[in-house]
Amino acid sequence: MNSLISLEKVNYQIADQHILHDVDWQIPAGAHITLTGPSGGGKSTLLRIIAAMISKTSGTLIFDGQPIESYDPIMYRRQVSYCFQQPTLFGETVADNLAFPYQIRKQVMDTQRVVTALNNVGLSERTLHQPIIELSGGERQRVALIRNILFLPKVLLLDEVTAGLDENNKQIVHAWLRQLNEQDHVTTIMITHDATEIDAADQLAKVVAGRLEVHA
Amino acid sequence: MNLAVNNTSLFLAAMLVLVALGISLWQKLGLDRDIVIGVVRAVVQLFIVGYLLKYIFRVNNLWLTLAMMGFIIFNAAWNAKKRGPGIDHALAISLLAIFVSTGVTLGVLVLSGAIKFVPSQMIPISGMIASNSMVAIGLAYRSLNSQFHDQRQGVLERLALGAGLLDASIAIVREAIRTGMSPTIDSAKTVGLVSLPGMMSGLIFAGVDPVRAIKYQIMVTFMLLSATSLGSIIACYLAYRNFYNEQKQLK
Repeated sequence: MNSLISLEKVNYQIADQHILHDVDWQIPAGAHITLTGPSGGGKSTLLRIIAAMISKTSGTLIFDGQPIESYDPIMYRRQVSYCFQQPTLFGETVADNLAFPYQIRKQVMDTQRVVTALNNVGLSERTLHQPIIELSGGERQRVALIRNILFLPKVLLLDEVTAGLDENNKQIVHAWLRQLNEQDHVTTIMITHDATEIDAADQLAKVVAGRLEVHA
Repeated sequence: MNLAVNNTSLFLAAMLVLVALGISLWQKLGLDRDIVIGVVRAVVQLFIVGYLLKYIFRVNNLWLTLAMMGFIIFNAAWNAKKRGPGIDHALAISLLAIFVSTGVTLGVLVLSGAIKFVPSQMIPISGMIASNSMVAIGLAYRSLNSQFHDQRQGVLERLALGAGLLDASIAIVREAIRTGMSPTIDSAKTVGLVSLPGMMSGLIFAGVDPVRAIKYQIMVTFMLLSATSLGSIIACYLAYRNFYNEQKQLK
């Protein structure tokens, strides 16, 4: 099987704290993976290493055939996009957030695409000009998710992004993520404790006390 | 000239120090030692500077003047650096920022004929410019440090979206530059209404017509705006990268 991302003996340590132990992981292109495990076990750390937000202490991480060190971190993060649990929105309005991915690529915001994306997660065009302080937690989370996919990444790393959503919005986000995965072939890795999300995955991985267990 | 401070009057004025000492002892502020040290240092430093300037003004040598200006700029950079703990190369950055802001501002003043390249004008003006640039840079450093701490999550999110380091920091950098410049802008607004600043007061004291004195103060207002904006922008643009490591991750 062709791995888009491959980890070999990846370790992460801060001072004398050993957070990840010899993680080996093959992530096939186009997979939809869920990552579970007790809190404090190292799940978020593992995703942040894959996202190049922090660097592993030892081991190898290959993305698309090349070691992670050979990529410019900025360009890499545009392909392997990480979405935070409880994200903060910046600026004043929703538009400030959704224009940001265009700004950093020196492009003008494609309003049509932005509105379609808002609709896809159950938000209306009107949301675009709403001040961020007026948004509910669930709306913020969905705006943050859109920020990550306006330019489709190859990999989307989701850190408990549905935890703050009600059942109805969770369904909307699930359907949207499935579409990203199946139609747009975005490889998704999602940290979750939600039973439905776990069932829907191609691969179930679990991090317990810094060690990874994978179940196909 | 109607300047009348002589040694006797200075000695009598020293009784004002006793007021501060008395308050410290009476209210048990524990400041008496610091007051004595402060007063002795002020007297000794100013006497040394007085004689040194007298000598430099008399010999009127280009290199000696430049050396004295360099000394002022270095000291200003050293003090600005202390306000940016944790920022690597803060001394080099401050030195460049103060050197450029002082150099450009002085250059414009000299070329426009507002001041002459003589030590008695260049040295005091350099000191005013460098010290304001120093304060602005120090404020900007503090602002960078506190914002990178408080807005850590926002910076991380921008990075995760694939932003370059400047795109991830630009809001913080702008705010830090603003913080550096704002005291100068605020004081420009109140100048003459709240305080009669040093330059103008000094000239009036020395018997200069107030209408001429304010022209110098107007020049000072202009030059401080230039110095603090240049100092802040150079320092912030060079310092923000320090908050990231080689892998372009937030430290």
